[in-house]
Amino acid sequence: MRDWHKYIASISRALLIGAALIWPVVAQAGGIDPQKFDQIERGRYLTVVGDCAACHTLPGSGHDFAGGRPLETPFGVLLAPNITPDPQTGIGAWTDDEFVNALQKGTGRGGTQLFPAMPYTYYTKVTRDDALAIRAYLDTLPAVHNPVNVDQLPFPFSVRASMRVWNELFFTPGEFQPDSSKSAEWNRGAYLTEGLGHCGMCHTPKNALGGDKTAEQMQGYNLQGWFAPNITNDMRIGLGSWSADDIVTYLKTGHNQTSAATGLMAEEIDLSTSKVSDEDLKAIAVYLKDRPGDPSSQQNSPQLSPLAADQGVMKAGAQIYADECSGCHGANGKGAPGLFPSLSGTPVVQQNDVTSVVHVILRGAMSAGTKPAPTAAAMPAFAWVMNDDQVAAVATYIRNSWGNAAPAVKVGDVTKERAALTERSD
Amino acid sequence: MPQKLPRKDVAIIGLGWTGSILANELTDAGLDVVAVERGPWRNTATDFPISYMQDELRFRIQHELFLQPSQNSVTFRHNASQTALPVRNWGAFMLGNGVGGAGVHWNGETWRFLPSDFVLKSHLTQRYGANFIPADMTIQDWGVTWDDLEPHYDAFEYLCGTSGTAGNINGKIQDGGNPFEGARSRPYPTPAMKQGYGHALFGEAAKQLGYKPFPQPSGNLSQAYINPLGVQMGQCTFCGFCEWFGCANYSKASPQTTILPVLMRKSNFEARTECEVMQINLDRSRKRATGITYVDSSGEEWEQPADLVLLCAFQLFNVQMLLHSGIGTPYDPQTGQGQIGRNFTHQTVSGALGFFDKDKYNFNPFISAGSIGMCIDEFNGDNFDHGPLGFVGGGYIGQVQTNGRPIQTTAVPPDTPAWGSKWKQALKDNYLSNINVGPACHGSFYAYRDTYLDLDPTYKDRFGRPLMRLTIDLHDNEIKMSAFLTDKYAEILQKMGAKQVVKQPRKGPYDITQYQTSHLCGGAIMGDNPGNSALNRYLQSWDVPNLFVQGASAFPQNCGYNPTGTVGALAYWSAAAIVSQYLKNPGPLVHA
Repeated sequence: MRDWHKYIASISRALLIGAALIWPVVAQAGGIDPQKFDQIERGRYLTVVGDCAACHTLPGSGHDFAGGRPLETPFGVLLAPNITPDPQTGIGAWTDDEFVNALQKGTGRGGTQLFPAMPYTYYTKVTRDDALAIRAYLDTLPAVHNPVNVDQLPFPFSVRASMRVWNELFFTPGEFQPDSSKSAEWNRGAYLTEGLGHCGMCHTPKNALGGDKTAEQMQGYNLQGWFAPNITNDMRIGLGSWSADDIVTYLKTGHNQTSAATGLMAEEIDLSTSKVSDEDLKAIAVYLKDRPGDPSSQQNSPQLSPLAADQGVMKAGAQIYADECSGCHGANGKGAPGLFPSLSGTPVVQQNDVTSVVHVILRGAMSAGTKPAPTAAAMPAFAWVMNDDQVAAVATYIRNSWGNAAPAVKVGDVTKERAALTERSD
Repeated sequence: MPQKLPRKDVAIIGLGWTGSILANELTDAGLDVVAVERGPWRNTATDFPISYMQDELRFRIQHELFLQPSQNSVTFRHNASQTALPVRNWGAFMLGNGVGGAGVHWNGETWRFLPSDFVLKSHLTQRYGANFIPADMTIQDWGVTWDDLEPHYDAFEYLCGTSGTAGNINGKIQDGGNPFEGARSRPYPTPAMKQGYGHALFGEAAKQLGYKPFPQPSGNLSQAYINPLGVQMGQCTFCGFCEWFGCANYSKASPQTTILPVLMRKSNFEARTECEVMQINLDRSRKRATGITYVDSSGEEWEQPADLVLLCAFQLFNVQMLLHSGIGTPYDPQTGQGQIGRNFTHQTVSGALGFFDKDKYNFNPFISAGSIGMCIDEFNGDNFDHGPLGFVGGGYIGQVQTNGRPIQTTAVPPDTPAWGSKWKQALKDNYLSNINVGPACHGSFYAYRDTYLDLDPTYKDRFGRPLMRLTIDLHDNEIKMSAFLTDKYAEILQKMGAKQVVKQPRKGPYDITQYQTSHLCGGAIMGDNPGNSALNRYLQSWDVPNLFVQGASAFPQNCGYNPTGTVGALAYWSAAAIVSQYLKNPGPLVHA
């Protein structure tokens, strides 16, 4: 099936490679050779772990890391900058120190303050070596001339200088410090989770100014129409009922025996964790399994009793469930492993914040599709067929059946979520 | 002038079962493939959601998932002396539309044909003599054999996760399966479905009559399944909304539930939907396809050059595309010459209503599935001696009732008024206690000289292209066969305990308004030489070797089974020939 088009294409590729070989090598400061294969390859891997593409690549643009993707924050929308080596519009002209400072200190060229939509509050834990490896990889990308006007925030949030105060309040700079009482695996997991992985960016609650509530680390956070669930080891609402292998399988494939990723997590899995090594995923799992969660929740969880099945709302929910849900999730709420998520004993169903449960019922959800689990089964939307009372009833029912226990869903919460989802363009 | 697009290795016309299978096999082989589909993109949660799919009015009566006759229709007549008229509402068969094609709306019956079916003419001639075959019957051998296709039947069944009980594994007859089936290399991928009460009772009665009943091989899965591509399917919930509907819970095998999740992830595959192919383009020699021309939903015309063209549309539209593109010689019923449009066949289905004592029998007919049921194969193909009977052919017989839907599955005893309180009372009295299977006798439909497809001289589609004209009628052989099968079925209903049996054998003339399965076959048939076929044994056009024509249009005649299993097997067989032979040396794989 060769033809002259392909022949020409292969000649052009040969010419490009030739050009690259004679390209003048720009001397780099620092002790590590940025042209070394293992350095570049490690950097490539680390950009995957850090999921840099999630923000810096505009989907469908065809230009990796050329920026322009709108980032939704509670304070307004930012556009992610271009981080290709283009000297004018990218980071080609940055020194290594400037690059490392961006990650570790949240400062841009000339000391400007970055907004913490760039997760420097997490990346500060990344070692200088790893940061330089990332730089080395980014330098191999095609330079894309793509000016991005990052500053889209409304006043007063647009005042970058105010970030100095914010940093004083909420930012603890400093590279990751291993805990010698823990295993190397645990420490690797902590380094990835707290650093490049920046899991807390979504999963740790934020205060009114967007700073992490450090005392409630990984206990779940509401963002972009979802509730990123509690990923501590809490038995009821965290990952307590999952083994470390369950976590690895989930991060690798988007699915495990009981759950399926959707929404923002499906994208995270697609772009990042499905490509992370099994060893690193295992390390992350080991670390997450050691997150204690909210002590009061831990104590309360086993004692929290489900709503009585004979309550009106539970009876109504049961009927709706039988008609609309049981075909896939089963009369026993167990679903089908790998295809239809189990609702029984499932943390995401029992979160204190009902946003995701209501979101999925109203809008439906498409699960993650990955190479090892390509099916990407989806749930249809029910917003058009169920009113707010019915959604609240069925959500309350699934939160309090088959061993689950969680507060009833208020009709008002559904009304609010329905309105919010109507506004969302995604 | 159409705008010319960059060349692709392969252009596929139609993204149903065969288009999906071929696309997956050829992208695996490293080719750059584009599929151009007339209808819309369709997916389970967005297009067949559980929240509204079980709507008989919308999907069965109003045909929402199907091709609309205003987009493309056909004309029909019984014989060449009549003037054909256009079909304005589908009746005798349903034409799918959109991604997944008929694989979306089928019931899921996943049969293999009998070994003797592939050598039908030589087999019957050998057993009964050439004079036993009716003079105007134009049956012939396929050019492929059971042994050729067995591995490919296997591939299709494992793709689909087919639920069944094997009857013959490597020559060893298995208890509970179909003892007449050809030797299969391994069991079905999943066990047979559980049977409903009425289905099970039929099996018991058949056994008492000395038959060997077995569960129908089913594309509605008995259990969750992961196919060799890694795609997962769920367990059938017996909702009874399979045929005419898309499956809402991933338990009916379809391109959507078996292949497309993997195919759509491939960077060397692209699907263009709502794009209607106008023609296959040929070079000046007219022996080589240069690609296809299609019109998108904005009315823009595009030329897609390709090295290899795969015609994977529904049977009727495969034949129509060949005729519109000037490929091959149109069939002339006067001379019997020409291959395109020849040996057009359908399916001879019949049944009987069985009314049972409502105080003793409750069949709960709504607990059902598209390919549930118990069947017998004693009267299929040439499994029985036709010598004294005076006809050839046959079919499986089964209690294969797929549903108890409220609009159409409402049989009442004869002499009941057609409306009003007496009708309502009769419906109420009989709903739970009658057996109502449209195609209980799933008979063959052999080919005849006067049954064919050609271009209508009068009626045109929206682009001004002639509609396909169907010239089709039932012949004495099929009418006799249908009466025979219907009698056998009625005997089993009696044995089950029916207090009243109403036989409904298929009678002529062919009724274009009454549903008789969507198993249209032939018109671009396969064979062993260009004098008797449009395609060689690999489904490669004799006339244009870089064109392969998939699907039931290749069946030389139709057998007593549902065709999809064989359509799937032929697609894998053809794909294997393309990958292992054609790509290495593009050109005719069989020299005429």
